[in-house]
Amino acid sequence: MRALLTNRNFAIGLLLTCVFVAGALISFLWTPHDTSGVDIANKLKKPLSEGYLLGTDHFGRDILSMIMVGARTSIAVAFVAVGIGIVIGVPLGLAAAASKGSLMDEIIMRSNDLVFAFPSLVIAILITAIFGPSAVNAIIAIGIFNIPVFARLTRGAALSLWQRDYVLSAQVAGKGPARISFEHILPNVTNLLIVQGTIQFSLGILAEAGLSYVGLGAQPPIPSWGRMLAESQTMISFAPHMALLPGLAIVFTVLGLNLMGDGLRDIFDPRIRREKR
Amino acid sequence: MLRYTLSRLQSLILSLIVASIVIFATVEIVPGDPASFMLGMNAQPDTIAALREQLGLDVPLWQRYLHWATGLLGGDFGTSYTYRTPIAEMIAERLWISLPLAIYALTLSTLIAFPAGILAATRRGSAADVSVMGFTQLGVAIPNFWFAMLMVLVFAIYLRWFSAGGFPGWENPLLAMKALTLPAVALALPQASILARVMRSALLDTLSEDYVRTARAKGLTRRQTLWRHALRNALIPVLTIIGLQFSFLMAGAIIIENVFFLPGLGRLVFQAISQRDLIVVESVVMLLVFAVIIVNFAVDIAYAIVDPRLRGNR
Repeated sequence: MRALLTNRNFAIGLLLTCVFVAGALISFLWTPHDTSGVDIANKLKKPLSEGYLLGTDHFGRDILSMIMVGARTSIAVAFVAVGIGIVIGVPLGLAAAASKGSLMDEIIMRSNDLVFAFPSLVIAILITAIFGPSAVNAIIAIGIFNIPVFARLTRGAALSLWQRDYVLSAQVAGKGPARISFEHILPNVTNLLIVQGTIQFSLGILAEAGLSYVGLGAQPPIPSWGRMLAESQTMISFAPHMALLPGLAIVFTVLGLNLMGDGLRDIFDPRIRREKR
Repeated sequence: MLRYTLSRLQSLILSLIVASIVIFATVEIVPGDPASFMLGMNAQPDTIAALREQLGLDVPLWQRYLHWATGLLGGDFGTSYTYRTPIAEMIAERLWISLPLAIYALTLSTLIAFPAGILAATRRGSAADVSVMGFTQLGVAIPNFWFAMLMVLVFAIYLRWFSAGGFPGWENPLLAMKALTLPAVALALPQASILARVMRSALLDTLSEDYVRTARAKGLTRRQTLWRHALRNALIPVLTIIGLQFSFLMAGAIIIENVFFLPGLGRLVFQAISQRDLIVVESVVMLLVFAVIIVNFAVDIAYAIVDPRLRGNR
């Protein structure tokens, strides 16, 4: 635990991430102002105006409240998308490693390559073209792209673990490949999965922001950072704070997650820590 | 080398076939019939049937797939449902913006990333290294479309050096390049950050190799060792990333084109989605995936040229 907090990257990353997660959680109970109503009398207030810490948008909605509720959307979409990647990708990777060289391994790895050939945004476009834009479809689109990431990572790490003595003894003791995979291989790849998970989480937040910016993500009235940016675009010349603040929220969240991932990698792998890469 | 190329070519063709089937199948399971969508709510059943026949929607699925796929091979992408013009023409017109934009951005990102990565690796631990790494950390965290908006605010609205969007056409190449500059910089920022990091760590790896020490021992200067030995070997992971980035650039361009109102492929896709012109979506997606697969093939071949050891494997 001390190693965790003395790692500067991890500590800063954790702090940034906690701020936004806390903001999202608090928004369920309380926001400074209501985000659903229109309050034209107070529209386009500058930041630090009385009662509105970060100002208001063109409908008079409080930007701080919008960012808090938007954090909810971003975090939920990215979290579930990473979940999809892990829940489907990891077993696939384990199965591929356990049956190395078999037809199943080949099929799993080839289909992974195929998904990689579709840039994630293109998958998202296909899905939304077919089922219509929504937060759920954004989750599916980002999640699909996460599957091969985790499958490859798991397979690569598992392959070398299968050579270890303790796996051999488990085999001699009569455990089947599925049981070995879950009891002996999986616990040893968890560290890697956590590091990759944080990185995919931050990529998911960026992807969600991009999708909702072009109107393919969460639909109104659900607030989202990407759509706040899209709405601010026509007003950027006279209300730049509307564009600056949600963007900064994205940057800080993503930066926090990335720093946390870097820190965790250093902590989990002392060899790298010593070399200071 | 020939055998290696042929085996890569074989898997290239296989991936193209599978990708085309996946795209076709996905788009075809769409709820809602394009013909009834085009004619609106009050259309008569026989009008719909006639339009379905005209659009070629009345034949079995597999025949339509074969028709579409063989058409693609001959450069015939079919006809847009909404505009009734050949899709190949629409795409070609848009490609004249999207492709130069992607290449422009890739060039910028390479021009920034190489010196930055080399500087950071050769002066490891120095202030230069720390600031390069700091910038790259920030570069991957900034959404490129937001960066684009900020640049519009600064360079188009406050300073008035560039226009905020639109495209003047290629009649005046200089003006056209100027219009593509802000979008290309926005696209290049995250790519350059990733590339600089890869360059740095790849170079750090090769700089600690024995052959580098040998080269130094036989009397080459630091600079000579770097250019003749270390850099060349560090290029392999860097090439992979450049190849991968091309696909992200094509996709990223879709969003950036929206910020700058550039009439490229991205705008075409979004128009097509909102008009339910699915055959256009299908064709553009296929084209993007095709580009990605071809670029990856080219990267594989480039590997084998840089590193002869790779030819035997796989």
